[in-house]
Amino acid sequence: MAASPASQSRTVLDARALVRTLRRMADEIVELNNGTEGLVIVGIQRRGVQLAARIVAMINEREKAGVPQGALDITLYRDDLQTVGPRPVVGPTSIPVDIDGKHVVIVDDVLYTGRTVRAALDELADFGRPRRIALAVLIDRGGRELPIAPDVVGKAVEVSAEQRVDVFVEELDGKDAVILASKSGDE
Amino acid sequence: MTPGAAPLGKDLLALEPLATEQIQLILDTAEPFKEISERAIKKVPTLRGATIVNLFFEASTRTRVSFEFAEKRLSADTVNVAASGSSVTKGETLVDTARNLEAMRIDMVVIRHGASGAAQFLAERIESNVINAGDGTHEHPTQGLLDLLTLRDHFKHLDGVKVCIVGDVLHSRVARSNIWGLKKMGAAVAVCGPRSLLPNAIDEFGVTVFDRLDEAVEWADALNILRLQLERMQLGYIPSLREYNRVFGVTRERLERSKRDILILHPGPMNRGVEIDSDVADGPFSVILDQVTNGVAVRMAVLYLLSGGKPELAEKAKAGAA
Repeated sequence: MAASPASQSRTVLDARALVRTLRRMADEIVELNNGTEGLVIVGIQRRGVQLAARIVAMINEREKAGVPQGALDITLYRDDLQTVGPRPVVGPTSIPVDIDGKHVVIVDDVLYTGRTVRAALDELADFGRPRRIALAVLIDRGGRELPIAPDVVGKAVEVSAEQRVDVFVEELDGKDAVILASKSGDE
Repeated sequence: MTPGAAPLGKDLLALEPLATEQIQLILDTAEPFKEISERAIKKVPTLRGATIVNLFFEASTRTRVSFEFAEKRLSADTVNVAASGSSVTKGETLVDTARNLEAMRIDMVVIRHGASGAAQFLAERIESNVINAGDGTHEHPTQGLLDLLTLRDHFKHLDGVKVCIVGDVLHSRVARSNIWGLKKMGAAVAVCGPRSLLPNAIDEFGVTVFDRLDEAVEWADALNILRLQLERMQLGYIPSLREYNRVFGVTRERLERSKRDILILHPGPMNRGVEIDSDVADGPFSVILDQVTNGVAVRMAVLYLLSGGKPELAEKAKAGAA
């Protein structure tokens, strides 16, 4: 795909498709872990946290379990802090359980360069030594700059560098949707 | 806010020139930093490679240690320089000391100095970020910020909260930073102390003045009790410590006259039995140790916010090489 003309946007997932996708991801996470024993689900700020909360609610409902949930803000672990101008806003981090020996699943909205996940792995290591860390993403848009691969993918989408994937969640944005937009577009 | 501009600028010298939004930003940024000190590994890599000099021309334990923890928990490399045992005692000027340190490629200086304006003087002459850790009787901005954060933790907001600063306001940089910070955040501010220890121009600060502690207790939601520096007595500002304690010492009996629970703050170090009784300092409404905990988080926030990427320095280096 060459540089696409501006102001073109396309819905990748609508509200119902997003819920269906999360449900499937929840099932795959349980399968990957052989149940819910020792499972800890950690969302990456910001939209990963809401997605993780939904996945945890789905798992707990179906499996009659109480899977613990955490939130990770990776800002302080970014590798570009020396060069970005104004300091990015830091959000809350909370890992409410001991993650030593646990199976931690990181949940994020969009997987792109892999740098966020790299930062998340470093940050998790400061909290303990999980037996295994897996990665679940709603959208895999390709374009990796680091050797990182997801274990659970909601939807893989071919996206050029000129385009942007916007994930909207009811809790923060008042609607559920994933939209592919051109970078020079609105906002 | 202009895009690309660091929201705090190069230095943190005082709260007086800051905008409400800037103070808000520091307090909000301090929130997530509290959690880092609760981790098993109390360290994030944010300031890896940054070198910070703590230049303390005046004695300090709490503030210096607090800054040092904040720096180390952000992975900065730190060096402490105390006035005694340094070239300062050989007559080196402040600027020469700082320029020499800067020639060793440092990124930030945290300075405490007995002269009001020392931090600003330094900031105007070196490229490194400068943080004022107390200058004379001028300001102690990070103390003011940690007091604001502690009050906000308790009351959930600062707007309309009534805070009375008790004691030696005249010589107190903590009082000045508190007055500026609290007023900008919408709190109601009063002072209470002997007239000899209040500034002549106290009216210009726009604060209420209480001559009697009972009136202050009646009015306030929180008391910030200043340390009475013992040398004030020798200089004749107060007749005796006992007299001071009798009139302005915060005791449990005095606080019990109020119907409200009054939050108790003190910047430390305390003179128990002089400005504050042990019953009060260790009582259920004392947040004195919360202040100390919050001090580390606030200083981490300030270091983080000031440490912005420096594209303009990169440009300059490029121009110099050409």
